[in-house]
Amino acid sequence: MEITLTVNGTEFTRDIEPRLSLTQFLREHLDLTGTHIGCDTSGCGACTVTLNGDAVKSCTILAVQANGSEVTTIEGMAKNGEMHPIQAAFKEEHGLQCGFCTPGMVMVAADILKHNSKPSEEDIRHGLKGNFCRCTGYHNIIKSIQHAAETINK
Amino acid sequence: MGNFIGKSVKRREDARFLKGAGKYTDDIKLPKMAHAAFVRSPYAHAKILSVKTEEAEKADGVVAVFTAKDGCGEFGVPCGWQVDFKNGETMREPKHPLLAKDKIKHLGEAVAIVIAETLEQARDAVELVEVDYEELPSVTDPKKAMEEGAPLVHDEWENNAAFDWCIGNDRAEVEAALEKAHHVTEMEYRNQRLAPNAMEPRSYIADYDVNGDKWTLYTSTQNPHLIRLLLCAFALGIPEHKVRVVSRDVGGGFGSKIYHYTEEALLTWASKEIGRPIKWTSDRSEAFLTDAHGRDHVVKSKMGFDKDGKIVAHLTDEYCGMGAYLSTFAPAVPTYLHGTLFQGVYTTPLIHLNVTAPFTHTVPVDAYRGAGRPEATYLLERIISKGAQEMGMDPAEIRFKNFIPPFDGVEEEGYQTQVALQYDSGNYEKALKRGLEMLGYEDFRKEQEKARKKGKLLGVGISTYIEGCGIAPSAVVGALGARAGLYEVGQVRVQPTGKVSVFTGAHSHGQGHETVFAQFVADKLGIPMDDVEIEHGDTEQVAFGMGTYGSRSLAVGGSAIIKSIDKILEKGAKIAAHKLEAAEEDLEYLDGKWTVKGTDKSISFGDVSLTAYVPHDYPEGLEPGLDFSSFYDPSNFTYPFGTHIAVVEVDADTGAVELQRFIAVDDVGNVMNPMIVDGQIQGGVAQGVGQALLEEVVYDEGGQMITGSYMDYAMPRADDLPMIETDRTTTPCPHNPLGVKGAGEAGAIGSTPAVVNAVVDALAHLGVTDIQMPLKPQTVWRAMQN
Repeated sequence: MEITLTVNGTEFTRDIEPRLSLTQFLREHLDLTGTHIGCDTSGCGACTVTLNGDAVKSCTILAVQANGSEVTTIEGMAKNGEMHPIQAAFKEEHGLQCGFCTPGMVMVAADILKHNSKPSEEDIRHGLKGNFCRCTGYHNIIKSIQHAAETINK
Repeated sequence: MGNFIGKSVKRREDARFLKGAGKYTDDIKLPKMAHAAFVRSPYAHAKILSVKTEEAEKADGVVAVFTAKDGCGEFGVPCGWQVDFKNGETMREPKHPLLAKDKIKHLGEAVAIVIAETLEQARDAVELVEVDYEELPSVTDPKKAMEEGAPLVHDEWENNAAFDWCIGNDRAEVEAALEKAHHVTEMEYRNQRLAPNAMEPRSYIADYDVNGDKWTLYTSTQNPHLIRLLLCAFALGIPEHKVRVVSRDVGGGFGSKIYHYTEEALLTWASKEIGRPIKWTSDRSEAFLTDAHGRDHVVKSKMGFDKDGKIVAHLTDEYCGMGAYLSTFAPAVPTYLHGTLFQGVYTTPLIHLNVTAPFTHTVPVDAYRGAGRPEATYLLERIISKGAQEMGMDPAEIRFKNFIPPFDGVEEEGYQTQVALQYDSGNYEKALKRGLEMLGYEDFRKEQEKARKKGKLLGVGISTYIEGCGIAPSAVVGALGARAGLYEVGQVRVQPTGKVSVFTGAHSHGQGHETVFAQFVADKLGIPMDDVEIEHGDTEQVAFGMGTYGSRSLAVGGSAIIKSIDKILEKGAKIAAHKLEAAEEDLEYLDGKWTVKGTDKSISFGDVSLTAYVPHDYPEGLEPGLDFSSFYDPSNFTYPFGTHIAVVEVDADTGAVELQRFIAVDDVGNVMNPMIVDGQIQGGVAQGVGQALLEEVVYDEGGQMITGSYMDYAMPRADDLPMIETDRTTTPCPHNPLGVKGAGEAGAIGSTPAVVNAVVDALAHLGVTDIQMPLKPQTVWRAMQN
């Protein structure tokens, strides 16, 4: 089945199996391996991307459902080699260790800040509920998102 | 302190991870790469009557299907540690086959591997393999596995024991002291089975190159050289010098990626059979079923106290499940990594631990973050608090009464325990005092009293832990049954331009070695951090290594690098002396240059490096080059310690526990990068809290896992935790050059009993003295009703 979608600003057309998940499409067909697979039950959030501006778990969306959509992955966050303020904040606050959940965390952080430019700690914890991190205890991820909010609001 | 040591230098590895440019094994694509999927048993224990693969072999895209009847059937993966029975009988070590042949011994055990052009085709064809099973009764509980008539995991032995073991003082002497004790506190509980759950599932690519008759194995492991050794010498019998193992970016390990797994060996074998690279990446369901689990101890313990609350004796019996086969380090976990910590931070004069380690019809159990030490700490820190509660003492007071007094390991000798080890240095009361101060302990007690009157259930829990890291020296661990040494290798290669490549046998899967190791290398050489590159995770680059686990990287791996730096500076001084026409003893090395003392004559590190590689004007008889490799075998373990304090509120109506504060005062010796140490502690605490409140692998009566996905296995999410309040005391390790102890596991070791102590404290006035982990609302609620 042929689909066309825009990923990180570039349009792609590919012939795919209808059962292919959006995650597998990004990883296997576009070689965008920054989107990770940590589970198979929408439980971990490592595969979070934005679909037409909203954060979604790409393992739970079929690639064919994304036909005609605009997708942003972690690879699309940095602009002209400069990290997005959220990415920079994660580095500044040590918001990552092994890095595996990190792309999903950055994408969900973008979603949290899109809906609430000054989130409280509680708002952030609530917003992160769908994403597992096994390394950081979330402590520095929360600090990273608070830091990013300050940078963006400046 | 130099320019970098002790500073919170930001991590250099972050940029690639943040941009989605990390290279985890599943991100690698090789030309002509095929994909594998496994046929796995839906039963815990069953006879395999037949395996029919014909339909699968004919399916679209299928390249090959292998079962135990093929050549791989003769191979198995080894165990790396031998613990014999107390009566001298050799440890029972069943073959751990790459594929099950006649009998299934745990749920999820692989029966066949299907290899196809695409992953989808491989998974489709798995459905076409027909396996006829005859289900048999199973046993998954370690204590029940030792009962008369329990189903046998391995028919060749008369019962399920893999080994038994004891440590400490004479049992009769300990029992006699308990008889005479003023008060005896008893506990009976289960340190429940956990799934490590690194966020990156295990992933392997085996690539056989027919032209060179060589293999490359890309694997998500914590110890590539160890995998190569086990794979070549024990699993497949292939030549080690023709095998390259690459483990670059790894998405967390927590112990679960130490072990040599059957899939690694099977893919390596199959890649040669089909002459193509093969990839397999576990999905999360497979991870629950096949990654080695942690803990699984059934415990019965007694601690005796005198009338002042001093511990007089401690006796414990445990059943520690091994699972169906002995995983790489499994026998060491409930023994030498566990019993040796039973002294805790207390002066207990008499200790005895007896361990029975049975096989069960479950996935193997091995080291999981802390490995034996969290289990020891949980017992000690719960039972001393329970003792205090029963005797009407304050939990802080009873600890102060029993602490081993401070010793630095230099002026004062190390502390000889009753359970084989000698602690290096410690100041346990200082950490507790600091923790109590951070909490405002006395004020909290008043607040708690007031809250109680209003029906609000607040509790505080204290845990004063010690652990042993950087397990060593090799001669000692060899005598204890290790089948490998536990040294580390560090190579420092100074390039002609003075840039430095460091090759370490330690492995980073989140720890930040690329940053931390560069910090101390740059400082010791007096050069910019940008001039230092840290390489790891490739057996073709790094001479050898034992990998990363047991919080050993800096204490052991860092020390090996320091040894090589010392050799670099010693040789560099000879070259500098020659160039400066001065005597070596008149030189000093500072800020990246050798200077003739008292003069302004100097030569830079870069110039000496160039001279070493362009030796035109050079000391006679000295070899060119500036490149040294060192093996460092520590003289002892290191012993981090600390105080963890949890504050909880229990919902009086539902039993739900809210963790309100968590204070961690850890002493990990000298600190290279405080930001990274804090991060390690915070993450470890989260895992320890996970065990206390949420996590448990549950097998039902039929051996089915009923917690096999993130829908059923509860791990801490962001809204389950508070911010973690960290602080440190610093008691340097006296026996390694950096004075470091290790920080990777402390958080997971100290935190669990602090949380449970806090919940019990919140309910103490209701007569609650113990609750079984995990402290789910219904468990807590039931405890409140009784």
